[in-house]
Amino acid sequence: MSKLSVPHLLGIKPLTTEDIHLILNTTSQFKDVLNRPIKKVPSLRDVTIANLFFENSTRTKLSFELAEKRLGADVINFSASGSSVKKGETLIDTVNNILAMKVDMVVMRHASAGAANFLAKHVNSIIVNAGDGAHEHPTQALLDAYSIQEKLGTVEGKKILIVGDILHSRVALSNIFCLKKLGAEVAVCGPLNLIPRHITTLGVQVFLDFNKALAWCDVANMLRIQSERQHITYFPSLREYQMFYGLDAKRLQTLNKEIVIMHPGPINRGVEISSDLADGPHSIILNQVENGVAVRMAVLFLLATRHDA
Amino acid sequence: MTSRVLLNPAAFQLVIKRLAHQLIEVHDDFSNSVLIGLQPRGIYAARRLHKELTQLIQTPAIALGELDCTFYRDDFRKKTLHPNRTILDFTIEDKNVILIDDVLFTGRTIRSGLDALMDYGRPRDIELLVLIDRRLSRHVPIQAKYAGLTIDSIDSQVVKVEWQETDNCDGVTLLSN
Repeated sequence: MSKLSVPHLLGIKPLTTEDIHLILNTTSQFKDVLNRPIKKVPSLRDVTIANLFFENSTRTKLSFELAEKRLGADVINFSASGSSVKKGETLIDTVNNILAMKVDMVVMRHASAGAANFLAKHVNSIIVNAGDGAHEHPTQALLDAYSIQEKLGTVEGKKILIVGDILHSRVALSNIFCLKKLGAEVAVCGPLNLIPRHITTLGVQVFLDFNKALAWCDVANMLRIQSERQHITYFPSLREYQMFYGLDAKRLQTLNKEIVIMHPGPINRGVEISSDLADGPHSIILNQVENGVAVRMAVLFLLATRHDA
Repeated sequence: MTSRVLLNPAAFQLVIKRLAHQLIEVHDDFSNSVLIGLQPRGIYAARRLHKELTQLIQTPAIALGELDCTFYRDDFRKKTLHPNRTILDFTIEDKNVILIDDVLFTGRTIRSGLDALMDYGRPRDIELLVLIDRRLSRHVPIQAKYAGLTIDSIDSQVVKVEWQETDNCDGVTLLSN
């Protein structure tokens, strides 16, 4: 297995386990590159990549842009605000106009689930999904898996807990697909009304009691409450949410073991995780960000250099 | 498919010994010289030479590195590439670098290897050592300073180098259709 089985990265679901291993192995090579004095290779020097962000992003956008530049690609950036999208242009028209300027790859974040799949069907370019609505965020899942593997040696057999707003989270869904394919045990935990009804069909456990869930897990991935996607009120107050599902030192002390703490960002300090834990020794939050660049380099490299012999 | 043995195990060992002696003539005690094998197959030549040199000159530690040039190649999308590990635990700044590969054919791998190497610093000079030099088939103006065996071959032929470490036997064979 030396090339991806898919021409686009639309989600984790279409990937095979071999694809995921290939991406994670290639990530290690790029991590070496990023730790050198000259953190740049010319692999994609003849490739032009458009970053289309129809939704706000800090980490993912910067991380993709940095990954592209470290690979020597030419980069153009587009954000929906201040563009012709506001004048009523359709997604396909926008993208085809950008592709007419000889762009080879498109990295897209969009608020609608399925936007990346839609684009892959209708335009002739390599598409990388950088998050589509509450559907998937594949590169986040890959960097999470890589970070767990880096910290614990392997993902297989580990017990990984995803806590918070599972219902609105694309990170949760991509993580579940990715971790299950790598052989981990996955559980979710949160208020019942923020847990999708049929989630157990994906082979995950559901915990409503956060303390029990913590006692079970090796890794806790804390998610943010996605207020921008919540159109009704799911719990009385953030303070109450924090009391039941917020991770703080006191709660951690009741465990007689050490767990790894992750967060995909952005953090709402004092809600899902307390400041001291986010900055503490068990947290690998900044490692996740660091690995994000290497993972995205691997994905872009493997997709751009994939050839159909 | 016909095959012709270019080096049998005994001749193979002789060639390695000769190359090691040639290197000692130029690099003396290797105090300012480093061996760097090109991934994926040049690393075996580099390791073997390193072993031979260590025995010959009894120097505590000759620097040995492994360089991967996948990300610097000019032929991606023409074939599937396999990135390998680069292991350079030393600086190459102002060093005499001996770049080592098994077969020199079009010269394109060495070209990308030189680019990759430059990203790790500015060596004093770079010499090229290859086990087999397929002369008259170069695409770029690159020549080896040390060659184990120089052969004339045509593009459709394949030079197969086998190593005790991976193939259970040392040897070089020329395969023709």
